[in-house]
Amino acid sequence: MNSLKLFAWLTLAFPLAGTIAVALIGPKLPGRGAGWLGTGALALSFASAIGALVKLQGLEHDQRQVVAVGWDYANTVGVDAQISLLVDPLSVFMILVVAGVSTLIHLYSVSYIGSDAGYVRFFAYLNFFVFSMLLLVLAGNFLLLIVGWAFVGAASYMLISFWYRRGTATNAGIKAFVINVLGDVGLVLGTYFIFKHVGTLDFLSTFESVQDDFARNDADLVAGCILLLVGAFAKSAQVPLHTWLPDAMEGPTPVSALIHAATMVTAGVYLIARMHPLFEQAPIAADVGAIIGCLTLLIAGTIAIAVTDLKRVIAYSTMSQIGYMVMAVSAGAYAAGLFHLITHAFFKALLFMAAGSVIAAMAGQQNLDRMGGFRKAMPFTFGCMVIGGLALAGVPPFSGFFSKDEILLLIGDRGGWYWILYVAGYVGAFLTGIYTFRMIFRAFFGEPVPEARELEEGHLHHAEVHSNPANGEVEDTDVGFPGPEHHIAEREPTMKIAMGSLALLAIVGGLLQIPKVTHVIDSFLEPTFEESALYHRELGDGLIAFGLVLGALVGIAGIAIAYFIWVKNPQIAVTVRQRLAPLHKLFVNKWYFDELIGLLIVRPMQWFGNWAQQTFERVVVNGLLVGGTTGVVRAGSSAVRAAQTGFLRYYAALIIVGIVAMTFYFLLAS
Amino acid sequence: MDIGWYLTVSALIFTIGAAGVLTRRSPLVVLLCLELMLNAANLALIAFARMHGNAEGQIFAIIVLVVAACEVTVGLGVIVAMRRRRLPIDVDELRELQG
Repeated sequence: MNSLKLFAWLTLAFPLAGTIAVALIGPKLPGRGAGWLGTGALALSFASAIGALVKLQGLEHDQRQVVAVGWDYANTVGVDAQISLLVDPLSVFMILVVAGVSTLIHLYSVSYIGSDAGYVRFFAYLNFFVFSMLLLVLAGNFLLLIVGWAFVGAASYMLISFWYRRGTATNAGIKAFVINVLGDVGLVLGTYFIFKHVGTLDFLSTFESVQDDFARNDADLVAGCILLLVGAFAKSAQVPLHTWLPDAMEGPTPVSALIHAATMVTAGVYLIARMHPLFEQAPIAADVGAIIGCLTLLIAGTIAIAVTDLKRVIAYSTMSQIGYMVMAVSAGAYAAGLFHLITHAFFKALLFMAAGSVIAAMAGQQNLDRMGGFRKAMPFTFGCMVIGGLALAGVPPFSGFFSKDEILLLIGDRGGWYWILYVAGYVGAFLTGIYTFRMIFRAFFGEPVPEARELEEGHLHHAEVHSNPANGEVEDTDVGFPGPEHHIAEREPTMKIAMGSLALLAIVGGLLQIPKVTHVIDSFLEPTFEESALYHRELGDGLIAFGLVLGALVGIAGIAIAYFIWVKNPQIAVTVRQRLAPLHKLFVNKWYFDELIGLLIVRPMQWFGNWAQQTFERVVVNGLLVGGTTGVVRAGSSAVRAAQTGFLRYYAALIIVGIVAMTFYFLLAS
Repeated sequence: MDIGWYLTVSALIFTIGAAGVLTRRSPLVVLLCLELMLNAANLALIAFARMHGNAEGQIFAIIVLVVAACEVTVGLGVIVAMRRRRLPIDVDELRELQG
């Protein structure tokens, strides 16, 4: 086994070993030992990922797609199920992002949930989650991809319902799991459609033969790709399978940062990028992906302007940014989409961490209406939030500016009806500026709230009675709930280190790829996308200049409007809300997606379930099938039982009569 | 002598045994009658062995004797046990296997 393959296996093995180690010996470790153990496992995994990167770069350009086969899992009847990893620039790129950002989030969690009763359990889950995600991105065939995909869904369920005594949290976990399973079904069925034609599960063999096995826009291929998209939409929270993501904010804040910003939701983007040879052969499916991504970014942007829950604002902005990425990779702007993935991982994890710090200062309260004036009390958190916000809003020279504009430039370059997506992308960028800075201005500017004042005097506010921020239920801090204490970044060095590193990355991340200047990501990912016709495109200078200026202006304009409305003249917000009451109601109620899904799917299913229970199960199953079978058996046995009298002589007589009868039969027959 | 006579005697003893098994209620007598039936079969076996002029039938008869001895041992044991537990010595009274 060469060292590249070894590094890939090690990247995968450390988090798994970490899960087991934390679960087994974590409870015996003193203090925050379990947290450090989990963080250490992740750091080693990240180191292995870097090792893989170095080894991969050492290979010849056209040999940078290595398949590491562990063993044959099952090799029968035409199915070649292997435990194999595909190590190529795309997967190495993903493991670097996943392992790197996860390590920082682990580091943050070491302090952040320090007083929680489920400290050890949390790190075991967190490590398992990272293992699943790494398995997903390293998988070398469809089978392992599906396994990783399902593990990620299960891990996210466990982490969202981490505070299992909160009814709202367990409900959110169930919702996330159900929607993710829907995606799993899509992925499995999509795989089936593709496997039926190419006859192999291995990625590279599939991609090689896709040109020969499928005509352009072949019906089966389009169906398969759209089913794959269903899987991608469910994981990446795209319309209409997005409703789980905002609800998932019930989980602890590091979970939101890890799962719902940096890693899990990017799985869909990764899937589309990985399957690009299929999507390029089925442009109809790719267009569906691009349109849904575009819709998502607009819908999520509008909701983010109206919601008042701090974490939900960031959650909707995640949806919106993932919308950009899905749109990009579906429209063939692979490197740009993945570039946005990496910068988004930095600044979104940072925003969530800063939000977690604010929520801790508010003793678990997440409502923006009750926050304000934290600027002086929490300067470090404020700084991080602003850096993250500027990167998210796409203000130069922060990282989000370059990545978002790269996406829009490449989409604009495709021409045709793609200009609609191009325009929508800039509208979305404008919304991004508004909602990001609405959140920042409302939490950090204005009159300091009592909690902020207390903090300025050096007292961190801890609620006397814990209550669920979602519905005000009183909670028990001993079991399965957030601990009695809270930890803010200003007082915890580990949180500070994690946030500081991410802030730095959010500032400089954009330098990886500046149009016409640097193209690190483009050239690094090139071996994976070598065959793609859409990958090698030269943009016109005019378009680049226009796009960069427009992108910067739109972002700054959004921030300016937010400043004007929420800082300068808070009265305007109220007036606007009253003037546009119906629109505001639509946004606050999240475009009624939950109600729509309830009406179209949940309620009919419930009705059907009730009907099945009342009618089908009672009458057909209980009455006919079960009752019928027992009736027949009972009647038959009572007839046979009558013969069993218990008289010995009666039995003897039967035997003798039988033998005599048989004797006569044979005598007469011969 | 004609083999028919031997078989007639054998059939007669067998019938007597069978009739005894069917009509008598004492387990001791039932065992005796069973013994009669087995010996009737033995007689037939030996008669046929003589007719064919080989020893197989006779060996078979000896095995039947062995089996009969075992059966009587077990049967008498059961009857003694019944007696000790003061169960009725009557096959019609012992009908716990009724369905």
